[in-house]
Amino acid sequence: MSQEAYVDPATAVLWDQSHTEHDMIATRTLGFWLYLLSDAMIVSSLFASYLVLDHRVNAAAGPTAGDVVHPMAAFWGTVLLFSAILAYGAAMVGLKRGNRTAVLVGLGGAFLLGGGFLLAEGYDFAQLALHGMVPERSGYLSAFYALVLYHGAHLVFGVLWIAVMMAQVARQGFTPNVVYRLLNLKLFWFFQGFIWIYVFSFVYLAGALHVH
Amino acid sequence: MLVDYPGPWTPLLGRLDAHQIPLQNPILFWTFVLVSLGAATVLGAVTYYRSWGYLWREWLTSLDHKRIGVMYCLLGVVMLFRGFIDGVMMRTQQVMAVGPKSPGYLGAVHGYLPPYHFGQIYSAHGTIMILFAITPILVGIMNIIVPLQIGARDMAYPYLNAVSFWLTAAATGLVMISLFIGDFSHAGWVGLSPLTELAYSPGVGVDYWSWAVQIGSVGTTLASINIIATIIKMRAPGMSWTKMPIFCWTALSTSVVGLSSFPVFTAAVALLSLDRYAGTHFFTPGLGGNLMLYTDLFWIWGHPEVYYVVLPAFGILSEIIPTFSEKPLFGYITMAAASIAIGGVSWSVWLHHFFTMGAGPGVNAFFSIASMLVGIPTGVKVFNWAFTLYRGRVRFDVPMLWALAALVLLLTGGLTGMMLAMPAINYTVHNSVFVVAHFHNMLNVVGFACFGAINYWFPKVFGFKLDERTGKLAFWFFSAGTVVLFGSMYALGFMGMPRRIDYIPFTSWRPLLIGEEVGIFLFLIASYYMVKQLFVSIRDRAKNRVTTSDAWGTSRSLEWLAHSPVPFYNFAVQPHVNARDEWAWRREHGLGHVRPDHYEDIHLPNNTPLPLMLGACAFALGFGLVWRMYWLALVSLIGIVIIVIARSFQDDPGHTLPGAQIRQMEAVYPDIPREAGATGGMLGGVVARHALAAPRSRARDD
Repeated sequence: MSQEAYVDPATAVLWDQSHTEHDMIATRTLGFWLYLLSDAMIVSSLFASYLVLDHRVNAAAGPTAGDVVHPMAAFWGTVLLFSAILAYGAAMVGLKRGNRTAVLVGLGGAFLLGGGFLLAEGYDFAQLALHGMVPERSGYLSAFYALVLYHGAHLVFGVLWIAVMMAQVARQGFTPNVVYRLLNLKLFWFFQGFIWIYVFSFVYLAGALHVH
Repeated sequence: MLVDYPGPWTPLLGRLDAHQIPLQNPILFWTFVLVSLGAATVLGAVTYYRSWGYLWREWLTSLDHKRIGVMYCLLGVVMLFRGFIDGVMMRTQQVMAVGPKSPGYLGAVHGYLPPYHFGQIYSAHGTIMILFAITPILVGIMNIIVPLQIGARDMAYPYLNAVSFWLTAAATGLVMISLFIGDFSHAGWVGLSPLTELAYSPGVGVDYWSWAVQIGSVGTTLASINIIATIIKMRAPGMSWTKMPIFCWTALSTSVVGLSSFPVFTAAVALLSLDRYAGTHFFTPGLGGNLMLYTDLFWIWGHPEVYYVVLPAFGILSEIIPTFSEKPLFGYITMAAASIAIGGVSWSVWLHHFFTMGAGPGVNAFFSIASMLVGIPTGVKVFNWAFTLYRGRVRFDVPMLWALAALVLLLTGGLTGMMLAMPAINYTVHNSVFVVAHFHNMLNVVGFACFGAINYWFPKVFGFKLDERTGKLAFWFFSAGTVVLFGSMYALGFMGMPRRIDYIPFTSWRPLLIGEEVGIFLFLIASYYMVKQLFVSIRDRAKNRVTTSDAWGTSRSLEWLAHSPVPFYNFAVQPHVNARDEWAWRREHGLGHVRPDHYEDIHLPNNTPLPLMLGACAFALGFGLVWRMYWLALVSLIGIVIIVIARSFQDDPGHTLPGAQIRQMEAVYPDIPREAGATGGMLGGVVARHALAAPRSRARDD
């Protein structure tokens, strides 16, 4: 078409031999962003299900949000999770400076704090189960457990991944492969915090305030 | 946590026992015998010709995007045949079971299929055709063509590409094995809620369906990620967004749709699985479940999925039609914009699948208008293709025949779609075979485009053309079958025939049902000619060999610059893109034969069996969950985690192909010039001045 800039065939470059390598780390990070988008769609579906099923009818004469959740129950878990994210941020500062020990300490902190969050969440759910608030009880409780446990399952894999990365940083140092994995894990780890903000607001806070 | 279900269970075999193998059903028994004989023949032939090593090295462990694409297409074509046989069985049942006096065979009251078996067949037909036939064929074509069209050596993530394929293969394996161990879902390909719940479907059929589609949709999501990243990151130097071939635009749009919609499907079916395994109440009729939640979530994926399959088909038509009109595509920018627009609108139309479910006039009006909006970008595309044909030198090669017929089908399918988009009409034809005829009409557009694409790009991948005569016979019989079958079905829909029935109460429908049977018989003849076309072409491959890179002589985009068949490294030197239709530009300026003057080393990834092992683990995971062999599911899940972690420790160093070796390999291609073009003053490239001195084959005509 005519809008195209005219290229003189007499001097046109036909082959590219400029040795430009694709930026491997940027390519891998882009793919991980795309994965996060797909995961966000699953989370959105779970949120949609939760908001649909967060209704008296769907509680089936069982406990409603006000009975199940309390912001304080999730408070310490939230503190632990955001501290875990802060610790990962510290590891990234270490990566920027090329300091292997700082990265390992940051990752170790994220591992412990993330594990602490999982323990707190497990304790919370055990309390709920002791009071008969199990997923089989009603559509509302099914949606509540599915949403919160989906986030929890991600943290399990995140903690496992952190352990793997600690081994790789210790063994291999900052090779391009290790660096791109650290950057992707950063995205993954921060993404879990991002989702937790929504879980805390729409499940714990809204539930306690009976805003529905 | 785990629910009780009827029937025995053992820790080792779960719900599985010898009674689950349906030997007493003669249809399944003989299918089993035939499939076993076929498999034994194939495995025997591979052993006899000592091809296991070749198969392992060159295909099963390959990370080459063309090999993976061919395997995708092969898988899709095999499943297309399986889904087609399901269609033949349904049509035959319906033509046999008309009226109360119709006889019954094989335990059926009327016809030869009892209702439960009939239900499994239409569920399998839908699931297979959409998810395991059309989708793999299209993903395969995108896999092969997208990197070639953008001048790349491979996909952005070759390893992930193989993983996606083997996950799809694992899911397909689950669907196939449900034929012989247990049974398949009888709840429709959409998983009608709450029929899919454990209380109403206590068998393993729904579990086979749900785990197969979950594993398959993970594979498709990963494939979408790969194609998007490939198009964004791997384009050859000089290929700006507005120089990208339209097929790549549609691949991009379709992958965005796939990336954003398949996860919703995974979520919906995963929640259903929680209902069936953990006893939750998402979609149950009691204890606070919500049936419409499933229907909404399913179609939030289901409708974008329709555009997921139709957009690459539009891209294929946009490649075939200019080639055989010997003209550039009309309206490139509007074509690219329309592709993106269709992908966007696909997100706001899902409710038109259940206008009758009482959402209220305001909601129905919104979704009705949104559905009709799809007609605008689609109309833009149809007019663009028509203007491309206008005053072109149209040649009727086999790919062009398929493409032109697809345009006609798109017109009828699109107009009946407009009818269905109006709630008033929709209320009268809802759940009738009119709807079935409409979406088969549209999916035939995709099917025709796929057959066109296979004929069009076959010489690029394999180095020889498919046989013309048998190809045309296949086309004409297939087209006749389409008209007769779906013409009859449209008419039956207007007469009020509901879909999914195994017994037809009105004898007045018999003539049209016979018409449908005739149509499917024409499809049978067409599939015979398709197999014959493949056989004849392979037999006469020396005669049909393509000696130049440009098999059709008038093709336009960058894949035709690569040799036919494409070597595993695609391009010996990465091309620099100067024009929108780069290959046509080079050919028309007499630069088509200019080769690079020197070759650099190429770095390629090593083969790896890990994707195959991941697929095997995914299959075992699905099989273990279907039969509730929880130990098997757990072991396979741990296996998957271990493989993923092990791969991250084993950094693939890849291997380097020296430039000298590439020069040798390039020399076997006949179209390489005796003396390479001279290098000129431009940095980093071969300058064409020398080549221009040679007589041009064609004058510039733009």
